[in-house]
Amino acid sequence: MDMNRFRDHLRAIRGPIGSLDRTDIALIGAIEKGLPLTPRPYAEIARGLGLSEQQVVDRLAALRSQGTIKRLGVVVRHRELGYRANGMVVWDVPDDRVAELGRSFSRYDFVTLCYRRPRQLPEWPYNLFCMIHGKSHDEVRARIGQLVQECGLQSVDHEVLFSRRRFKQCGARYHGSDAPQPAREAGYGT
Amino acid sequence: MDLSPLEKHLLNDFQHHLPLSTQPYADMAAQLGVSEAEVLSALARLHEQGLVSRVGAVFRPHSIGASTLAAMAVPPERLEAVAGLINDYPNVNHNYEREHEYNLWFVVTARDEDELCAVLEDMEARTGMPILALPLIEDYHIDLGFDLRWT
Repeated sequence: MDMNRFRDHLRAIRGPIGSLDRTDIALIGAIEKGLPLTPRPYAEIARGLGLSEQQVVDRLAALRSQGTIKRLGVVVRHRELGYRANGMVVWDVPDDRVAELGRSFSRYDFVTLCYRRPRQLPEWPYNLFCMIHGKSHDEVRARIGQLVQECGLQSVDHEVLFSRRRFKQCGARYHGSDAPQPAREAGYGT
Repeated sequence: MDLSPLEKHLLNDFQHHLPLSTQPYADMAAQLGVSEAEVLSALARLHEQGLVSRVGAVFRPHSIGASTLAAMAVPPERLEAVAGLINDYPNVNHNYEREHEYNLWFVVTARDEDELCAVLEDMEARTGMPILALPLIEDYHIDLGFDLRWT
């Protein structure tokens, strides 16, 4: 792949990464896996970073108000339990309809993820991705059919990529290695 | 699923605005009319059951680091070896086989664009195969949190 083009593309879509200082980055690393489930969670994070509890609270408030943190709260796991089939559906949608269709797809209970990604022509013509779960491949296909019908996508190319083997799944770590590991409740933060 | 009223409130009411006070769980408890200990043990239980992935932050994509979805079209007889090689990178957090010519799909995260590109280049060099990189541009789902409808 053309790495220079890709690097430029990443820089064009990134947020204000440059505005984070080392302490912010260490703080983000310390909370990536979740806050401790203890009465003073911010104090516990603060101890690991050499900050005061109030400094942690203030920095998190600032990260939230500047939009780096989109939300801070209880992160509910996608309702995948009990589903056996997982289909990644990729669509080649006109650029001016991606946002509208992405928001429409997200309203369906069986759509657990919905992202816009760039096409990579000529290898890859698809720009809208969604994940659809079901008890069987047939159920996933029926749900795709429902999306096509109800969103009027008869003339839009799509493909479904069913998952076969899972080689790895764990939480994302961006800055984890930069941060001291805070103590955690046993069993919390896998 | 058998959830208590407290568990339903914890799943539903605090997806966006965890109190930024020194005792957030006590504040949640006060709002719900229960004790802090009840809130903490209910959250621990929901986490153990897999209904809560964490109490914490959802970051705006590309704001705290660089990441991308990546795919490779691997000859079937090499798939296991290549998947193992990709798994060995600590930067990889998902890695799936899918039914398609592009049959290996994984997510790569790094602290910045340069590190991400270096990892991708290294992967291409070590596998001898080109990577299709598809970074997220917009997320239409998780920023809404979940609207849990109890029936």
